[in-house]
Amino acid sequence: MSKESDRGEKMKNKNIYKIHLIGIGGQGTIKASTIIGEAAMKKGLNVVMSEVHGMAQRGGTVITELKIGEAQSPLIEEGGADLLIAFEPTEALRSLNKVGRDSFVIVNSSPVVPFTVSLGISEYPELSSVFKELKTKIKNLLIIDAQKIAKEAGSIISENMVLLGAAAAIPQFPIDKDLIIQSMKENLPPKSIETNLKAFESGFAEGKKGGKSIGI
Amino acid sequence: MKVKEILTEKEGGKLFLLGNEAAVRGALESGVSLVSTYPGTPSSEIGDVFCKIAREAGVYFEFSSNEKVALEVSTAAAAAGLRSFVFMKHVGLNVAADSFMSTVYTGVRGGMIVLSADDPSMYSSQNEQDNRIMARLAGIPLLEPSNPQEVKDLMKFGFELSEQFKIPILMRTTTRISHMRGIVNLGPVVKGKEKGVFEKDPAQFVVMPANMVARRKELIEKLTQIKEIANNSPLNKIIDKGGDSFGIVTSGSAYNYVMDVVSENNLKVKILKLTFSHPFPEKLVLDFINSVDSILVVEEVEPVMENEVLAIIGKYNIGKKVYGKLDGTLPRIYEFNPDIVSAGIAKIIDKELIKKEEFSTKLPLPLRPPVLCPGCPHRATSFALKKAIKKLKLKEEDIIYSSDIGCYALAIQPPYKMADYCISMGSSIGIGCGFAKATNQKVISFIGDSTFFHAGVPPLINAVHNKDNILVVILDNRITGMTGGQTNPGVPIDGMGNSAPEVSIEKIVRGVGAGFVKTIDPVDLKKTEEIFKEALQFKGVAVVITKHPCAMITDAENRKKGISIKYTINQEECSKCLICVKNFTCPAIYIEKDGSVNINSLLCDGCGVCAQVCPKKAIEVKK
Repeated sequence: MSKESDRGEKMKNKNIYKIHLIGIGGQGTIKASTIIGEAAMKKGLNVVMSEVHGMAQRGGTVITELKIGEAQSPLIEEGGADLLIAFEPTEALRSLNKVGRDSFVIVNSSPVVPFTVSLGISEYPELSSVFKELKTKIKNLLIIDAQKIAKEAGSIISENMVLLGAAAAIPQFPIDKDLIIQSMKENLPPKSIETNLKAFESGFAEGKKGGKSIGI
Repeated sequence: MKVKEILTEKEGGKLFLLGNEAAVRGALESGVSLVSTYPGTPSSEIGDVFCKIAREAGVYFEFSSNEKVALEVSTAAAAAGLRSFVFMKHVGLNVAADSFMSTVYTGVRGGMIVLSADDPSMYSSQNEQDNRIMARLAGIPLLEPSNPQEVKDLMKFGFELSEQFKIPILMRTTTRISHMRGIVNLGPVVKGKEKGVFEKDPAQFVVMPANMVARRKELIEKLTQIKEIANNSPLNKIIDKGGDSFGIVTSGSAYNYVMDVVSENNLKVKILKLTFSHPFPEKLVLDFINSVDSILVVEEVEPVMENEVLAIIGKYNIGKKVYGKLDGTLPRIYEFNPDIVSAGIAKIIDKELIKKEEFSTKLPLPLRPPVLCPGCPHRATSFALKKAIKKLKLKEEDIIYSSDIGCYALAIQPPYKMADYCISMGSSIGIGCGFAKATNQKVISFIGDSTFFHAGVPPLINAVHNKDNILVVILDNRITGMTGGQTNPGVPIDGMGNSAPEVSIEKIVRGVGAGFVKTIDPVDLKKTEEIFKEALQFKGVAVVITKHPCAMITDAENRKKGISIKYTINQEECSKCLICVKNFTCPAIYIEKDGSVNINSLLCDGCGVCAQVCPKKAIEVKK
């Protein structure tokens, strides 16, 4: 991709860019997805999105899917996601059926261990084996410590914007960075916008670099 | 986007709207005057938007005490000539069904739309009922949108049709429509009438048998005329991708999957999209059947249209194969997706469809069931009750926990395991009455504040009158929590944000005549445990009201006030007894790899109940 303004040109003729986001209730998965969707609309692209509300929201897995381009249904077929953004390492594995050889995968390296593990009714695999599994399968893999980067930006709550920033840095990502920023400003509380923009920029820089080593 | 823009964005603009938000805009563009609901996923966000904008829009909006009341409020408004809109989740229509059925007979004057949000795959529901069948049972015209733009546009169409035939209209969405976002092109917002006038006509509006005999005949005549409109409606359209051997009849979400699969594989098929699908457009479907060799019906959940297609084939003696759910081409259960639809089509056509390579993992993945939030007062209630039970040496097998629809049912999870039976809104007490009569086990019924107002009062009256021996725990968290935090009659604010009389649960319970009534703040674990001990030993109907605001409310208030209290574990004092982890189980408390117990301060809500739980007093406020 040579110029920012070339982004998304392909979407205008029948190509569909499919994004699958998976996180845990409270991590801001839906917010990040809505920001992408509104930015796509600003670019003049068609976009549909699916989100989960209600009972599954609290502490459970939250999945959203976006299809940018001339799609009718907001659900992505197995193996069909161009981009998977996982807000938690094991959640990336949970959605592995959505990605294939050419997919791009961004993973937050900070684990969130559910109470079921403390109670001994489920198991949290060794992080190193999670990353190893991802590395052997995914060619385009970006593992970033979004929690640490968000903390440095000013608030741990901005993890979602770090991941969004990293996504925006992917060459194939169909939406220009400035449209994402504009959409962030319209969707986030003015009070926290500075921190969020900082988190987004750090994530973007991390994405450009291709992810920092996290010691694995 | 800010919520307000759903009202303020001008004609010609566009917004990236949820199906539910599009329903709001559609109602506003139709000049709606009155809107009512009882919250239920997947329809809840419609109310969440109305409660924020109704005042400014000049629309009356209320959270009614249950769906039947909500429907009656809207019905009366429509009888008075106003446009009204009532919405609920699919099982909410069961609660409203008695009045719903009659409203179709009596008819309306102003337009009225009833929206039912069905939940295929049961993401937040107890069943997978398909309310397109309800449309047939009631004899009500049915609209099935496929995306947010259609939701918005169908509101307008629905109101006009409703007024033309003086009949309410049912709109059926599904989770994937209600919770789908898409770009919606906007029309102008129209201000509705402020007040109507009810012109009396008992022959129409009083359901005496003699009156309704005439109305029944009239209803069938109306449906015959409406069927003609459905036959010719541009809402029902044929998408011709070339070839005339294979036709697909579809609607709602299923239509989207069909279109994506057909387009991705360049399939030569004819698609009939039915949006105005009851009365079933027989003539249109007959012509379609005649134009193809075989037919596949793609629909969620029940084979409703498939049966209609088969009836047409039988009626006109046509020898054509119909594929669908009945012959196993497509599954009968759960929601569809592109993969399911693709697999179904592949079974019929002689062509390999695109199937992408996908990955999988053999690593064990942690379970993340929905849990009570950090700071949830229901955890304190459950913990104190469990302790009281232990102190009284009651055995778990001698107790029946009759739970209800609400967050407290999440106590079904270990370590509490305090939900043995739960079937519908308000059922905990009625089920409790039955168990109290049928067994010698101790019955404990749990019900939330909103659910108590919804359907908990009649069974409590029943328990008192029939001398049942049950403990009813009313968990009053000052909100309708599980659906996202709506107001209810127990709080001093109404659905439009105006101040309102607070209906006292305790006064209702006392008025009904329960023998033992106590209200307690469950965050005081010791006192709560003492009261539960007393209540458990009481013979008759004992009611304990545990009153403490939902963590969503306290969190929001603390944020506003700039208060941030976090708890931490003093590692020198901690004996690693793990009571806080294994018995109390707050999601913020976890065991580190080195075996130490810690509190995740990002999750901690600062409620401090864990500090009361710790026998070593090792949990303290973080400085």
